[in-house]
Amino acid sequence: MEVGKSAIRVDAADKVSGGAKYTDDLIPRPHLVAKLLHADIANGVVRAIHTQEAARLPGVVKIVTCFDVPDIQYPTPGHPWSTETAHQDVSDRKLLETRVRYYGDDIAAVVAEDEVSAQRALKAIRVEYEEYEPLLTTQAATAEGARPIHDERPNNVLASMDLRTPMPESDFKTVEDVLACPAYHQFEGHYQTQMVQHCHIEPAVSYAYMEGGKIVVVSSTQIPHIVRRVCGQALGIPWGDIRVIKPYIGGGFGNKQEVLYEPLNAFLTRAVGGRCVKLELTREEVFQNTRSRHAISFDVKAAVDGDGNLMARWVKAVSNQGSYASHGHAIVANAVTGFRQLYLDQLGCHAEACTVYTNLPAPGAMRGYGIPQGDFAGECMMEDIARKFGLDPYEFRLRNIMPLGYVDPFNGITCHSTGLRECMEKGAEFIHWKELREKYQNQTGPVRRGVGMAVFSYKTGVWPISLETASARMVLNQDGSVQLQLGATEIGQGGDTVFSQMAAESIGFPLERVHIVSFQDTDTAPFDTGAYASRQTYVTGMAIKQTGEIFREKLLRYASEMLERPTAELDVRNGEIVDAATGEQVLRMYDLAQESFYSFRRTEHIAAESTHQCKDNTFAFGACFAEVEVDIPLGKVKVLRVVNVHDSGKLINPKLAEAQVHGGMSMGLGYALSEEMKFDAKGRLLNGNLLDYKLPTAMDQPDLTALFVETDDPTGPFGNKALGEPPAIPVAPAVRNAVLHATGVAVNDLPLSPQKLVEKFTQAGLIHNGR
Amino acid sequence: MEILKCTVNGRPAELGVDPRESLADTLRERLGLTSVKKGCEVGECGACTVLVDGVAIDSCIYLAVWAQGKSILTVEGLRDPDTGELSDIQKAFVEEAAVQCGFCTPGIIMSAVEIVGSGKQYTREELRKLISGHLCRCTGYENILNAVERAVNTAHGFVGKES
Repeated sequence: MEVGKSAIRVDAADKVSGGAKYTDDLIPRPHLVAKLLHADIANGVVRAIHTQEAARLPGVVKIVTCFDVPDIQYPTPGHPWSTETAHQDVSDRKLLETRVRYYGDDIAAVVAEDEVSAQRALKAIRVEYEEYEPLLTTQAATAEGARPIHDERPNNVLASMDLRTPMPESDFKTVEDVLACPAYHQFEGHYQTQMVQHCHIEPAVSYAYMEGGKIVVVSSTQIPHIVRRVCGQALGIPWGDIRVIKPYIGGGFGNKQEVLYEPLNAFLTRAVGGRCVKLELTREEVFQNTRSRHAISFDVKAAVDGDGNLMARWVKAVSNQGSYASHGHAIVANAVTGFRQLYLDQLGCHAEACTVYTNLPAPGAMRGYGIPQGDFAGECMMEDIARKFGLDPYEFRLRNIMPLGYVDPFNGITCHSTGLRECMEKGAEFIHWKELREKYQNQTGPVRRGVGMAVFSYKTGVWPISLETASARMVLNQDGSVQLQLGATEIGQGGDTVFSQMAAESIGFPLERVHIVSFQDTDTAPFDTGAYASRQTYVTGMAIKQTGEIFREKLLRYASEMLERPTAELDVRNGEIVDAATGEQVLRMYDLAQESFYSFRRTEHIAAESTHQCKDNTFAFGACFAEVEVDIPLGKVKVLRVVNVHDSGKLINPKLAEAQVHGGMSMGLGYALSEEMKFDAKGRLLNGNLLDYKLPTAMDQPDLTALFVETDDPTGPFGNKALGEPPAIPVAPAVRNAVLHATGVAVNDLPLSPQKLVEKFTQAGLIHNGR
Repeated sequence: MEILKCTVNGRPAELGVDPRESLADTLRERLGLTSVKKGCEVGECGACTVLVDGVAIDSCIYLAVWAQGKSILTVEGLRDPDTGELSDIQKAFVEEAAVQCGFCTPGIIMSAVEIVGSGKQYTREELRKLISGHLCRCTGYENILNAVERAVNTAHGFVGKES
């Protein structure tokens, strides 16, 4: 069995020795360099750009302004395209903009012989603006008389939704009736999350050149086939005239599930006659000009009966979309849907969500896609309800969690397998939940401890909200090994390794005889929409399994010809042809391959390629438990122990799964305690660098424990379900709930930074006269 | 242009550099040592860490001309020159699954070389401090710490046997 083994990463040796090549490592030298001119107002219009002086500077090759680009608005999110207009992504961005919508918006680009020349030219460009008042909050942007940020949305509301689950027969007609019923415990709350950044260590970078009449874009992206489509759309040229190559990438976390500057890069190479142009963002530009996680505000209500059954919930979420639609409403829609799905309301759930344009940098996809926000609101709410009505927070959750067989009333996504209860049990046992909940109950003094928990559910891929399709290709090499080619992308998560394991398993080969082609080239790689939605081991996995079976059949047919025996008597095991009944080797794969390539009798270049359109989905689950120590006068939270327990179905590679969970937990700890993008009143980002933006270092966290409950999901190609994004989801609410347990203070907005905690503890009377 | 003479990965190098140029740029652009990664170019992330005379430095904020006469080591210089085998530290990173996207990896490995080279034993807390100049978003540092710990232990085990 190759699946289920902790195989060593197929790219590890290259990555520890400098052999692995990333975008900037591959660029032909010398090359031209592009730099962007960013607006220094947050809201307004560019009236004129004076570039004459800049254009005369040495080394400057070309200056392109917002008045020179095609009048084409295009979409940027890494979603599968839809052939139905109504389901297509919002197209609200041009290559460069005359209408400035956030501080830092792109208004011109300089192409120069080198970076210094480009920077000097940027400084020599003069811009005349008509400036408007910045609308930075959703309240300001939706206030009476607020100026539209996009003409297509005069009220600055990108989209809204209102979903009511069908109600069973009862005295209650609506969720609101239940929430007004005095027979139930009634709860109301408000929770708010902040804007954070992905902080992949490789900045956004691409380079582009022309060859054979095509524009070639080499980019650090999670979604090469989508980048090709959007470059074509943005430039108004046939999609086949674009070729996208994706090398190794230094992290993405959703930021590179977005078409960032590839279309502009493609445009710029064409503007300089196809010469190679590099467009690499600085770290400060990555913060200001690429995507982030949405700040979402949640208002919630819940009704609970005397036994602790959730009778009904209402949630209203308002998402600050910043200046461009990007993934748009999909994220807050996911947030309230995840909020609803995790627990079963006896009577009903009413979810409202709204996405508002403002003059901030546009957030987009980030690991968890709205669920970390929705889970923060939901899991704070569950804790607060339990506290208010004297319920045990563990038992209260357990009583109400999504049952096996649950079917979502709107999208039909079904709970095919669940290990959530077991995840909770395992986590509680690890942290000594009961013992510590009791032990830390009545503390005094400035330093106090607490334990908290949170759970989550997460769907696998995007079906049926969107298309799920993947292809795989397998080609027999002359030595009897196989090449595996995919459009699915390795982005650091270990995709290439688990794809190779799945291919080996489905063909009957040992792992070392599977050679995966890591880089994607859209001219040759099979189609796949790419790395997002924790979809690839599930959706691409199905394509690999199916293609492996076809490939195996072809090997057996050729073997049957050579051996003059029926295929039914033969099998592929451990990479050789064996007698199916006895397991005895009857033909070496090497000999089969040599014959198939070089035989005078009949050559056949054995290969298989197939598409799998996935029309299913399934829920992954998990729980986080955290033990914290709070220094009240300092407002400092020290996480003493933290554990995530995941049900992601069968693990393809347990060691890599564990490693991926560690990374998500760390991201969750940063979300809980330190990370926040801060803006001034002009909409200018104040901490857009890795010094002032507090990404956790090795000193900021304890050892991270990742545990698993392996269910065998009937829909997963190997019993597996989503894993990539989930680890980042439950950590922030678990830490917040632990701080509540330690101090009795409920902090309802993230992050739990020292400044904020000191204010809250002072309000709560835990700090007197600053002590 | 100035002439820079130094040793890079054990071999003498002599090349023309711009006096304003960072050592990271020299190593990447002029010598093709692309393991030296640039994540911030202002000394915040640690991805460009190399050893200069055995000391880990951020090569993005270290002028190339400062390396005059010095010995520079990058991960390209860690494999056994004869067999091509990975060093014990590299193997520890591979086997502990300490590598994910791999972008911060070469820099952290160079710090690990410095740590192991000190000949001292460290607690896990001390190791946390020693690698805290490196930012990693994939691993939560957990397996990186395991790998560094293992590399230190392997080195000491070996030293112990010899003495």
